[in-house]
Amino acid sequence: MSQQVQRVEFTREMKKDYTILVPNMLPVHFGFLVKVFEEYGYKLKILQNDGRSVVDAGLRYVHNDTCYPALLVIGQFMDALQSGKYDLSKTALLITQTGGGCRASNYIHLLRKALQKAGLEKIPVISLNLSGLEKNSGFKLTLPLLRKALAVLAYGDLLMLLHNQTMPYERAAGSSQQLMDRWIGRLTQQMSAGKGLSLKEVQANLNAICDEYAALPILPRQITKVGVVGEIYVKYSPLGNNHLEDFLHGQDCEVMVPGVIGFMLFKVDNRLEDIKLYGGNRAKFAVINGLLQYLTKIETAVIDAAKRHPRFTAPSPYSRVKRMVGPVIGYGCKMGEGWLLTAEMIELVESGYGNIVCAQPFGCLPNHIVGKGMIRKIKSLYPEANIVPIDYDPGATRVNQENRIKLMLAVAREQVQPSGEEAPAPVSAAAAAQE
Amino acid sequence: MRIGLDVGSTTLKCVVLDEKDAIVYQEYERHFSRITEKAAGMLRRIAERFPQTPQMQIAVSGSAGMGLAQSLNLSFVQEVYATRVAVNRLLPGTDVVIELGGEDAKILFLEGGLEVRMNGSCAGGTGAFIDQMATLLGLSLDQMNELAKDYEKIYTIASRCGVFAKSDIQPLLNQGARKNDVSASIFAAVVNQTIAGLAQGRPIEGRVVYLGGPLTFLSQLRAAFDRTLGLTGVCPENSLYYVAMGAAMAPGAGRIDLGEAAENISRYTAKEDYRACPPLFQSREEYEAFFVRHQKDTVPEAKGFLEGDVYIGIDAGSTTVKAVAIDQNEQIVCSRYLPNAGNPVPLVRDFLTDFYQNYPKAQVRACATTGYGEEIVKNAFGADFGLVETIAHYTAAQKFCPDVDFIIDIGGQDIKCFKIRNQVIDNIFLNEACSSGCGSFLQTFAGALGDTIADFAQKGIFADRPVDLGSRCTVFMNSSVKQAQKDGASIENISAGLSISVVKNALYKVVRAASADDLGQRIVVQGGTFLNDAVLRAFEQEIGREVIRPNIAGLMGAYGAALFAKKHAKDKSGLLDAEQLQSFTHKVQAVTCRGCSNSCRLTINTFNDGRRFIGGNRCEKLLANFAESERYSLYDYKRELLEGYRPQEGVRGKIGIPMGLNLFELLPFWHTFFTRLGFSVVTSPASNRKLYLKGQATIPSDTVCFPAKLIHGHIQALLDQGIDTIFYPCMSYNLDEGKGDNHYNCPVVAYYPEVIGANMPFGKEIRYINDYVGLHRKKDFPGHMHKILGRYFVDISLAEVKEAAKAAYEEYDAYLARVRAKGEEYLALAKEKNLPVILLAGRPYHVDPEVNHGIDTLICDLGAVVISEDAVSHLAEKFPTRVLNQWTYHSRLYAAARLVAQWGDPNINLVQLVSFGCGVDAITTDEVRRILEEKNRIYTQIKIDEITNLGAVKIRLRSLFAALGLGKESAQ
Repeated sequence: MSQQVQRVEFTREMKKDYTILVPNMLPVHFGFLVKVFEEYGYKLKILQNDGRSVVDAGLRYVHNDTCYPALLVIGQFMDALQSGKYDLSKTALLITQTGGGCRASNYIHLLRKALQKAGLEKIPVISLNLSGLEKNSGFKLTLPLLRKALAVLAYGDLLMLLHNQTMPYERAAGSSQQLMDRWIGRLTQQMSAGKGLSLKEVQANLNAICDEYAALPILPRQITKVGVVGEIYVKYSPLGNNHLEDFLHGQDCEVMVPGVIGFMLFKVDNRLEDIKLYGGNRAKFAVINGLLQYLTKIETAVIDAAKRHPRFTAPSPYSRVKRMVGPVIGYGCKMGEGWLLTAEMIELVESGYGNIVCAQPFGCLPNHIVGKGMIRKIKSLYPEANIVPIDYDPGATRVNQENRIKLMLAVAREQVQPSGEEAPAPVSAAAAAQE
Repeated sequence: MRIGLDVGSTTLKCVVLDEKDAIVYQEYERHFSRITEKAAGMLRRIAERFPQTPQMQIAVSGSAGMGLAQSLNLSFVQEVYATRVAVNRLLPGTDVVIELGGEDAKILFLEGGLEVRMNGSCAGGTGAFIDQMATLLGLSLDQMNELAKDYEKIYTIASRCGVFAKSDIQPLLNQGARKNDVSASIFAAVVNQTIAGLAQGRPIEGRVVYLGGPLTFLSQLRAAFDRTLGLTGVCPENSLYYVAMGAAMAPGAGRIDLGEAAENISRYTAKEDYRACPPLFQSREEYEAFFVRHQKDTVPEAKGFLEGDVYIGIDAGSTTVKAVAIDQNEQIVCSRYLPNAGNPVPLVRDFLTDFYQNYPKAQVRACATTGYGEEIVKNAFGADFGLVETIAHYTAAQKFCPDVDFIIDIGGQDIKCFKIRNQVIDNIFLNEACSSGCGSFLQTFAGALGDTIADFAQKGIFADRPVDLGSRCTVFMNSSVKQAQKDGASIENISAGLSISVVKNALYKVVRAASADDLGQRIVVQGGTFLNDAVLRAFEQEIGREVIRPNIAGLMGAYGAALFAKKHAKDKSGLLDAEQLQSFTHKVQAVTCRGCSNSCRLTINTFNDGRRFIGGNRCEKLLANFAESERYSLYDYKRELLEGYRPQEGVRGKIGIPMGLNLFELLPFWHTFFTRLGFSVVTSPASNRKLYLKGQATIPSDTVCFPAKLIHGHIQALLDQGIDTIFYPCMSYNLDEGKGDNHYNCPVVAYYPEVIGANMPFGKEIRYINDYVGLHRKKDFPGHMHKILGRYFVDISLAEVKEAAKAAYEEYDAYLARVRAKGEEYLALAKEKNLPVILLAGRPYHVDPEVNHGIDTLICDLGAVVISEDAVSHLAEKFPTRVLNQWTYHSRLYAAARLVAQWGDPNINLVQLVSFGCGVDAITTDEVRRILEEKNRIYTQIKIDEITNLGAVKIRLRSLFAALGLGKESAQ
């Protein structure tokens, strides 16, 4: 385990009255997570600071060649700490650490370096990881907490999915957003009362959400459907992707962003793949497999809910997504988003979202492989795929990014125009090849 | 009638089409960022021309047209799309369109599945790039085109970015390369960039059409494309107007009243909603106080000097030549500051001629040269000393501030910063990879707006809301400026914004300072760029501290050289005297060196008395005319060892291994493994430029590191040799050496075999084996490998695999043992002979001379012994690091740094090699630096890319050696 020279531990004492700051990535999901952690006695606060001051703080405290997400996440922390809004003697920071082979596992250390540079090294930094990388006596991911945390991701994924598929078609402007806000309120209330977190309750809630979305009046319209894949932070965080979803909505598109549960499944499954590819402990295999089964149940709950109404395009199950990508890239490719990113592009094409923005931080190492590196192969299997890779970094300007996306959209609209409607979903070439 | 209006990054084009799509009116104009004004003018002229049709359909296109269209509610057509519409209509049957614009480069593949490629974050290979190069050469575009017709040879110029290209071109010019050859080489670089960056593996063939300004105006650029593509492309009539025509032809254009629209446009002033920085000065008084304060740092002139001793310093920099003569009192007798249009020799000759004429009674006691052109000027004119520019600058700065502890010099295209600790140059920062913080950028921009750099910068002094342009590369800044213009920023605010970003870039990108205290207490700023008050002010503002700017900020290198000459002067200077100068002549010739396999392109400068100076070679041999001395380099040794693994006879046929990335280290393993299994193991040939170009077209991501890109060439070379089985395994994990928390490979090393599989054209007959292999699990490996091999070969038994694996692990260990033993031997030898040692720390693949560009050899030639990180890392105990120590190769770096820090031997120093684009090194470099600096050791980092010139590297290394008083630099 990484031996830290002078790591400030987050102690049990601190748990009582410290506020733990959390960077923002997935606003809806993270809001639910805060509630779950509250139930276990933690006081979490999701940072909302945005804009240039965050980028500047990042540039100031992080090696400029580091990937953009690190720069933003750490910039958001530093900007917040220096804003005067927080009692620095009662503040801790929380950051994820995947333990994978890409740079992201080092964010926490870059954060500590930044704190030191700013003379704030007394502030404890908590690593949120499932690999046992760093431990804190005052912060424990117990199994019940973990199960609940994973369960609420289902709410986030389904709300994101349904909102995206409803909002562009809604008859009353803003009705989809209102419904989402209403559910966020309702769910947080349930959680505050210790409810809505068991698998059963989750299922019931998901079904109810979907039913209500299906009941929203919509207009029959044909608009361009766009999928978004990419490095996890840049893909989800509006701060990271220059408010990509808003831009696409402004261009009159329907947007599909694959959910975060798939990513969790992928990360867990990687450990099994490691054992399959290189050998390893059978007992470990069984434990991990148990976790995978649990996550699959949560995923199934989301898919089943979405399938209740044919109006919605339900996401494909992880197992199917994995099968689709088999002929294209190896399952051992696991760093960063790994083969999952390639798989999501294929899944999107097969679900009718063949126009894809592949978002990555400039110079993202895994994306050289699984993003840009695979586009050619995907296009050879699916000639209709219309993929544009977009790089994000502190210097890239919106004009350039938007111009490239507009080109992708122009091509997309041309493909639609001749026949008047979109081509039916193509036969799954890859999946067929696999079977 | 329909109007198409194309608002490009630098020009405005419009066409009016009649019902039959024939052009009835067309116009082309540079807009100098005054888009609205010019566009309104165009519409008015159209209205005058066609008074009978006051209403027309109009569509806007172009990279800078989006904002205009949005605000005026005109229909917008994306420009690539517009091109395609026009080409499909006018030139049916076209396969590929190559369109270069001011800041854009595009390729459209029309046949066999439409595909459009446009440059993203990189402006290399665009019109702006060519403009920049022309400025550098001091030529107009026409002249460049003319000269290129008569070229003899093409030099290799890094094509990815204007910055790199510049650092390739400048030394060529300084060494006296012919402008004809340089011009043609620039065009060739544009072609390479377009093909590498955009075609990304799709072959360009069939009917090719060239469009856009550069390809329309520059016949030699077209010729360069033709040559490289092996075809003859067409540049059709109206090739400038395709975007405009496409916009007019695309469906959906709205109808407008021309007069009204012109009114609207000219009334339209974009909203000011760009990000702004605080103004440079709050008031005129503040500016005046600032002005007065900086007046005091002045070197007196030696007024009325007529006779006596004189010392001359010459700084032949990248874009300027500076010369200073001082008297006994170190006052300035005369000075000269000239733009360097390529070759410093005639400029220096003129300076000296004038000097001898004006001061016939002066006695030149000594002359020293510095800067990029140090060697050629020293050789040409018989100067007495040559010194590294860093030393020259420090010497000069001390004159103004004896206890200066930080110097920053922002010149034409380089930034040099260094810290001074205990009177020794301690830490040097150079901008190797980026020139955005430099003067030439301001200059190019000023030029684009039709201004001189001084006037342009001055405009920003009282700007109220300077544009916040961030701190990144020139290319990005170009588009940031474009965006700001779109958002209505004034020239004043853009100027101030550029000055601020120059400073931010220097601080955050080059120095990477977190606060002013990081820099130092007593700061001297210099370099011509700081003569602009806006830049100076921005600097003080950014660091929150007052600094010293000498009045001769632009001459500091030359002044320092003169002081150096004075200090070291002997009785008589060897400088050519007035008489010798009269007969001085200088001829330049380009040849290819046959000295070794590098085949460097040399420029031979011949002077009138038969003396010769040779530039351009990678090795120092010819240059310094050294006798071949003994070289102690572990890099040489490793290459030797690897060459020993040759193909044996094999009953199972041939298997090819590409020599790149991790295979540089694992060759002993896989060679033994497959040889034991009865294969004849063939490795790909040594890397060189040609091999790289062979695979270039299949590279999908042009920002990946160079060592990874090279693999494409190696695979292609194996295919070309007729090898039908290629082994290149994926490896998430490396071997565990027990020095870190984990033992990963970096994502690129781990998975590049996937990229090769997905992008290289493997036919059915090729067996490409890129399965996932885990060498880290020694016991499990044979079983898993047996399964993998079973997918490709029918008759390999598990027992065979086990036996081969055993031998392979043994050979790998033996290889490492040999490297380590040699390391010990060299360290002992250095101690015995009292030679400096450089621990050149990188990755196994950095031994490839095409990757390291001969830096190991350069270090040897400076008089040091070279050791590699893997030769010593095993000596370090596992120790705590402040980063997650999870990559095997990188653990070795930390271990090596730790050793150098612990040994505390001033003779042993670490230099880290970093590949440009290596994301992992953003983390390792900081950590290696920390480990060293914690023990007060100097950290030196060298970034390498496709750049083949060693100029900057050499400055850095020489400064290091000079700072340490080691090797050949101490001899002076």
